[in-house]
Amino acid sequence: MAKCATTDQFKELDEFIDALPTKKGELIRVLHHAQNTYGYLPKELQVHIAKKMGVSTAKVFGVVSFYSFFSMEPKGEYDISICLGTACYVRGADKIVQEFKNELGIEVGETTADGKFSLSALRCVGACGLAPVVLVNGKVYGRVTEAEVKGIVDEYRHKD
Amino acid sequence: MINLKIDGKSVSVPAGSTVLEAARALNITIPTLCHLDLHDTKMVNKAASCRVCVVEVKGRRNLAPACATPVFEGMEVITNNIRVMEARRIVMELLISDHPKDCLSCRKAGNCELQDLSELLSLRGHSISGESVSTYKKDITPSLIRDMDKCIMCRRCETMCNEVQTVGALSGINRGFNAVVSSAFELPMDETVCTHCGQCVAVCPTGALTENDHSLKVYEALADPGKTVIVQTAPAVRVALGEAFGEEPGSIMTGKMVAALKHMGFDYVFDTNFSADLTIMEEGAELLDRLDKFLNHQDTKALPILTSCCPAWVNFIESQFPELIHIPSSAKSPQQMFGSIAKSYFAEKLGIDRKNLVVVSLMPCLAKKQEAHMEQYSVDGNQDVDLVITTREFANMIRQMNINIHELPDMEYDDPLGISTGAGMIFGSTGGVIEAAVRTAYELKTKHPLEKIEFEQLRGFEGVRLGHVDVDGFTLNIGIAHGLGNARSLLEEVRDGNPREIHAIEVMACPGGCIGGAGQPYHHGNSDILKARQKAIYEIDKNSKLRKSHENPAIIELYKTFLGEPLGERAHQLLHTHYYVKEKV
Repeated sequence: MAKCATTDQFKELDEFIDALPTKKGELIRVLHHAQNTYGYLPKELQVHIAKKMGVSTAKVFGVVSFYSFFSMEPKGEYDISICLGTACYVRGADKIVQEFKNELGIEVGETTADGKFSLSALRCVGACGLAPVVLVNGKVYGRVTEAEVKGIVDEYRHKD
Repeated sequence: MINLKIDGKSVSVPAGSTVLEAARALNITIPTLCHLDLHDTKMVNKAASCRVCVVEVKGRRNLAPACATPVFEGMEVITNNIRVMEARRIVMELLISDHPKDCLSCRKAGNCELQDLSELLSLRGHSISGESVSTYKKDITPSLIRDMDKCIMCRRCETMCNEVQTVGALSGINRGFNAVVSSAFELPMDETVCTHCGQCVAVCPTGALTENDHSLKVYEALADPGKTVIVQTAPAVRVALGEAFGEEPGSIMTGKMVAALKHMGFDYVFDTNFSADLTIMEEGAELLDRLDKFLNHQDTKALPILTSCCPAWVNFIESQFPELIHIPSSAKSPQQMFGSIAKSYFAEKLGIDRKNLVVVSLMPCLAKKQEAHMEQYSVDGNQDVDLVITTREFANMIRQMNINIHELPDMEYDDPLGISTGAGMIFGSTGGVIEAAVRTAYELKTKHPLEKIEFEQLRGFEGVRLGHVDVDGFTLNIGIAHGLGNARSLLEEVRDGNPREIHAIEVMACPGGCIGGAGQPYHHGNSDILKARQKAIYEIDKNSKLRKSHENPAIIELYKTFLGEPLGERAHQLLHTHYYVKEKV
C-alpha cells in the first residue's frame, strides 16, 4: 500500500492538490477530483490522499464512507445514478431502480461484467421538481417512468 | 462578564461560556453523557450528539443542549421542568433502544456512565424498542476490545485519539443507522496506526471500549501447582490503587499492595522499579556513549536520544516517524527487562525451566499488554512476560478474593528483584525517566556526587517542557513531552532541524505519564487526581534510602555475577531491542 506514495501514479492528483491555496477544509474537493480522475477511490488512493493532505486515513475513509457519491469500487463506463431522496422516492424511484436492475442484471453498487454500466443510488440531487431523477454520467433525466428505462440504457448501450 | 439566570439563580460568567459551565458555577448539576472536559490536556469533547443535557431557554422554541449553547446577556434557563425531564428520558430511551441489554455481564458494569444515567433518570422497562443492528464483530487486540454494538456515538474516543493523542486511528464512518466509530477501511485495530495507549478506553462512557482482561488467566496460573508465579509492579500502580477502595487520590499503598499480592498466592512479589534501575544503567550508559560520540564529532547524529520505556510511544514512532527510527534508545522497557532477567537469571537461580515460571505484570497501562505479546519478546514461543493486569483488573481481583485491603499489614518486596531506588520510582511520572537517567549519567560522567538530587526543572505538568543540565561543562538540553499530541510537536521540531538543539528527550504517551495510564482507576477527566498521584510518586522517591539507580545493590550484584558490563554482550542480548518502521493506516 505504501508503494503508491513513492511512485508518480497519482501525479495528476498531486498537481491538483499542490495548486490549492490551502489544504485545510479541502478534503472533499480533493476526493471529488480524485474520483472524477480515477473513476473510484481505492484504498491505496485514500492512503495517498491522507498523506498528501496531512490527515489520517481513518478520516479520509470516514468522509468517503459517509457520502454516497464516493465509491470504493470501480464504476462502469456509464454510471447510472438514481436519486432516492424523499421527493424522488415518493414519486416511485424505487420502481425505477428495480427496472434498471432488471434491465442490466446487476444490483445497486455493482458494475456489469463488460464494464459498461454501473448502478448507484444517490441522496437528493436538489432537482426535486423533476422527481424522480436519474443521472447518467452527470446528464440529468427528469420525471423518468419505468417505461423509459430501457430507452435510456439503449441510448448508451450502442455508444462506443 | 455575561449575566444570566439559571433556575431563578443569578450568575455572571465570562463571555463564550456555555450554559453547562454557568450551571456548574452555580453548583447546578445538568446530566451529561457525550460531554467530557479534560482541562489540562486541553481536550473538550462537545459533540453535542447525545442531547441528554438539554435545557429550556426562555424565548427559544426548542430545547438547547447546555454543553454547546453559549450564554448571552439576560438569558433565562430552566434545567429541571417537566418538559426538560421528559425530553431527557426520551433521549435516553432512544439511546438505549438498540443498546445491548447485557449489563449483568458487561465488562463496564459498575463503571458505565450510560447505566448511571439510566438509573438517575429512573428508566424502567423498554418503551422504545427498535431494530437492533449488530453488524460489527468484536475487534479483540492483545490490549483492548472494541464492541461497537455498545457504542453510543459520543465520539469521545475519536476526540482523544485525534485531538489529544493525534494518532488518527479512529473516525466516524458510514451514515445513518450504519454510522459507527471505526478504523480506516474497518481494519482490525492491530493493523492500524493504533498505539495501544488505551486512552480511548479511559474515556469511553460505555462498554464499547474495554481492556483485554487477563485476571482469569492469572487465577489459573496461581492455581497450577506446577508453576512458580511471580509478579512485578509498576511504580504508578501503588499511588492509584487506593482510589478503587475509597482512599484519597495520591494515597501510597505500596505495603498493602505487596501484601495483597502475597495473599493471592504469588510466590514472589517483585518491583518494576528494580528493572527501571536496570533500564537506567543501560539507557544511561547509552546516553553517555552517544554523548561522547557527539562531542568528539565522531557522529553528529548520535544525539538526540529518546527514551524507549513507553510501548505506546515506541508504536507511535514506528508508524508515524520513520525518519527518526534510529534515535530511540535501544534499551528495552522496564517491563520487558524484568521479564528477560526473570526468565534467565532468576529462573536459573531457582533451578527451574523458564516454561514453569509465570511472569505477571501489574501495570497502569494497556499498551504493556500488547508489548508483552510482541514476537521479539518471546523465546521459543514462551513470552518473557506472560500476563499483564492493570490497576483496575487488580482492584477487581482483590474484591473477588474477599481481601480487605484496609486491614492488611504492610509487607515488603522480595529479594533480589524487589530492591529498588527512588530513581526507579519516579519512572511513573512525566519527567521521571529522564531525571533518573540524569542522576546516574551525571555521576558516572563527572565521577563526583550530585549536590542536589532533585531536578525540579524537569518536573511539572506542562505538556512540553525544556530543561538544561550542566554535565562536566556541557549543557545537556532536555525535552520532555507527555501525551502523544505533545510528543508529536516535539518530534516534528527535532525532525525539522532541531533548532533548540535538544540532546535527550523523554516521552510518555499518556497525559501525566504512567500515573495517567489507561489501566488506572477512571479519573473521568479530573486532573487534580493525576496531580495527587504525581505528588505521591515524588514523595516516595524523597523518602527512599537509595535514590540513584547505580547505587542499587541488587543491580550491582546482577552485573557482577551475571550480566557483565552495561552495553556488554550479555546485556545487549537480554536488555536491548530493535525498532522497525511500520507502514500502517
